Amino acid sequence: MKRLFTTAAAFALMAGAAQAEGKLSVYHWFEYIPQELVDKFEAETGIEVTIDTYDSNESMLASLKAGKLGQYDVAVPADFMVKIMGDEGMLDTFTPEEMTNLGNIAPQWLDVPFDQGRKSSIPYQWGSTSFSVNRDVYPGDISSLSILFNPPEELKGKINVLDSQNEVLILGSLYLGIPQCSTDREQLKALNDMLLAAKPSWASFGSDTAKEVLVSGDAAAGMIYNGFSAKARAEGANVEYSYPKEGHVLWMDNMVLLKDAPNRENAIKFMNFLLVPENAAAVTNYAAYSSGVTGVEPFLDDAIKNSPENNPPAGITPGVFAQACDAETQKFYDAIWTNLKK
Amino acid sequence: MAGAPLPPSNGGTSWSRLKTPLLLPTWAMIGVFLLIPVLLMAVYSFLTKEFRGGVIWDFTLAAYDQFFFNRGLFGDEPPVIEWTYISIFWRSIWQAGLATVACLLVGFPTAWFIATRPPSQRSVWLFLITIPYWVNLLIRTVSLKFLIRDNGPLNEFLMGLGVITDPLPLVNTNLAVQLGLFYSYLPFMVLPIYAAVERYNFALSEAAADLYAPRWTILREVVLPVVKPGIVAGCLLVFVPSLGAFLAPDLLGGAKTYMIGSLIDEQFKGSQGNWPFGAAVAVVLMTLVLIALFLQARAAAKGARE
Amino acid sequence: MKGVRHYPGFLGITIACLVVLYAPLIVVTIYSFNDSNSITAWGGFSWRWYVDVFTGPEAERFGAAAWNSITIALIAATASTAIAVAAALAMIRGGRFRGKSATYALINLPLLVPEIVTAVATLIFFSAIGLTTGYLTILIAHITFCIPFAYLPIAARLSGIEETYEQAARDLYATRAQAFWLILLPLLMPGVISGYLLAFIISLDDFIITNFVKGAGMETLPTAIFGSVKQGIKPNIMAISTLMLAVSVLFVTLSYFVNRIGQKTRT
Repeated sequence: MKRLFTTAAAFALMAGAAQAEGKLSVYHWFEYIPQELVDKFEAETGIEVTIDTYDSNESMLASLKAGKLGQYDVAVPADFMVKIMGDEGMLDTFTPEEMTNLGNIAPQWLDVPFDQGRKSSIPYQWGSTSFSVNRDVYPGDISSLSILFNPPEELKGKINVLDSQNEVLILGSLYLGIPQCSTDREQLKALNDMLLAAKPSWASFGSDTAKEVLVSGDAAAGMIYNGFSAKARAEGANVEYSYPKEGHVLWMDNMVLLKDAPNRENAIKFMNFLLVPENAAAVTNYAAYSSGVTGVEPFLDDAIKNSPENNPPAGITPGVFAQACDAETQKFYDAIWTNLKK
Repeated sequence: MAGAPLPPSNGGTSWSRLKTPLLLPTWAMIGVFLLIPVLLMAVYSFLTKEFRGGVIWDFTLAAYDQFFFNRGLFGDEPPVIEWTYISIFWRSIWQAGLATVACLLVGFPTAWFIATRPPSQRSVWLFLITIPYWVNLLIRTVSLKFLIRDNGPLNEFLMGLGVITDPLPLVNTNLAVQLGLFYSYLPFMVLPIYAAVERYNFALSEAAADLYAPRWTILREVVLPVVKPGIVAGCLLVFVPSLGAFLAPDLLGGAKTYMIGSLIDEQFKGSQGNWPFGAAVAVVLMTLVLIALFLQARAAAKGARE
Repeated sequence: MKGVRHYPGFLGITIACLVVLYAPLIVVTIYSFNDSNSITAWGGFSWRWYVDVFTGPEAERFGAAAWNSITIALIAATASTAIAVAAALAMIRGGRFRGKSATYALINLPLLVPEIVTAVATLIFFSAIGLTTGYLTILIAHITFCIPFAYLPIAARLSGIEETYEQAARDLYATRAQAFWLILLPLLMPGVISGYLLAFIISLDDFIITNFVKGAGMETLPTAIFGSVKQGIKPNIMAISTLMLAVSVLFVTLSYFVNRIGQKTRT
């Protein structure tokens, strides 16, 4: 028994040693970076990369808050989460001199509301959230969010929605034409009632399964991310991704420099590395979303470059980012979501 | 047996003098690495929520207020009793209870069958029951869903046989959730019952049979009382984890309504980030189960005395 | 003789039970050979995912994850079973003592606390006492929550064994240790095996707690599998699962033959 504990302690020490010289500790979504790219970075710099993974923005935040801040150098939160982490003082800042490749960021992603002027974060991948419809089941018009919230007879009981409060409530708000983080009682009440009325038409809530249910035919329509829908199409489902006339949700995952990063310098090197167009393109080819870096096009696979999901038609209603509401307002939205799922 | 004279060396029951060192590892492991953290969580349930996760060290009953009282969508109506969470509890208890009954009805005969195999075969049967559990629960549940979907193998098989003409809609129903829970926890019923039945002295059944007791009467009147500890253990191991399960409800049931497990999960990992409320729901749950355990232990002790 | 041991239908139920348990695994095995990227649409037969598991870019990571999972499960099941046997002796054979109900509640506590609560609370505690998260913290957490799963079958078994066996041995001048190792433990064995197996599969399957208490670079199979949300589950996970099944079948076959040889030498 004693020996067993010594061995175990040795393992623990090894894990602890990952923060020494020449290391980089990344907190990342699983399967969101190609291993070849990590190998390339290690070969170029001699830095050893360890990756720890999480399964949602919120669980990353929870585990950092519960004591893991200071163990990792970088993480990859979504737009609204960058704002939240920044407000909580969980992010470090870098200077333009340090981030030599800052100029590679596409101009429209430089001054983003969640990180003005890019002081703590760089773009990783971005995409949109709306919905896809199986055209074998429903060949009709799919240009409106009413497909989700007031579906035609053919789709009733065959709809999957994301099990994600933010995305469902924002798309619902877009459908009703009310602003995000509204404090207007009539509007909130309308949102609450509209969702409750739509729920009986839905078959399931599921985020991780959003692609699977479309491929398998369990659902004929579903709220989904654009890259995920592209993969469903590649797997043989006859689905079409819609850019609805009411608007859609935009999101961007960003790599952030964490506060108390044990290997701050290596983290900066890694972020600079990811801003090189060829490397940014490698992530896009793997994840099937879009990078926020200029000059990636020559390195992209044709299927990704030309996919209808990543290239919205001209003249569509532009997407909106999720806003991080203040605590008082967020309460109402939490209550609406709980009402919906009770 | 109670009247049998005990050897003097024993000093009452054989292990009573060693009980402190024997229990020390348990007290140390669970006491330090679980009880202390859980007490901390219990304290958290009385603290103020920090926006987006975490707590502020100000005492408040807000979490319990949210659990028991409804003040309307905007929090300014006069409080009425909040049924939302009570009904989530009721739903979860009901489903866990059904899953336990299903596991018992299938698990007991299976355990009995294994225990009546020749001794050399028994561990092979036990392994046969547990091998599937080397595959991750998520993968097993996804595969189960594949089998029961509308155009899946089960429905095609039944339609091929002509038993049904239209596919049975199983996915996203309570029945599917039941099946998933049953599938998740079956060995937790079979193995403890097996451990108890294996010990059963069949001479008791034979004696009863000699007195012309029908077989099912023997099972009920003679066998069940003797193997009851195994059944109780199995029921505990299925019921309590089923209460907090969320994979089967989410994947097979469609996650349209919260279960206790997903409700608590949402508070820590979801966008609501309300740690005190999550802790409070857990405290209510643990209190309920502890009361049930206490009542069961008292009933068992009373039964043993009679 | 036969009559009281055999009940009509019990064999049928056992077989039905095995069919239910194994049917999904057939799906897992079949789709591990799927040529396409999907786990729901069939695209022809291929070995590519097995090649991917061993030589693909993530081979090292999955290998390490599988190794961590199996070693942690073995160590945690062994430790928690030992702890549970000791606890069961004290609880069932220790007579009445102060704090017995409290101890009973304590033993069952890991079962009662919802996993996510254990996860967050344990991580906060580990951070507070300055324990670096990694292999050791996963192990501690696993041993702790495995205890009731090992304890309940063992205690159920022990309460069915009369004390007369040990007393007879003690009367024949066996030491307490001899009485335990030679008499009580063999009688207890079915309970010990049941408890060990349950602790093993519980540890092997744990995701929520492990996900919180693991450190940077540490991965177990469940955390690796659950993490694949952004891209959806691919057949390589099915291939890994099938390999795990193969390992377990190998394990069982070996133990069966070792058992048989053991019995032959005894007779």
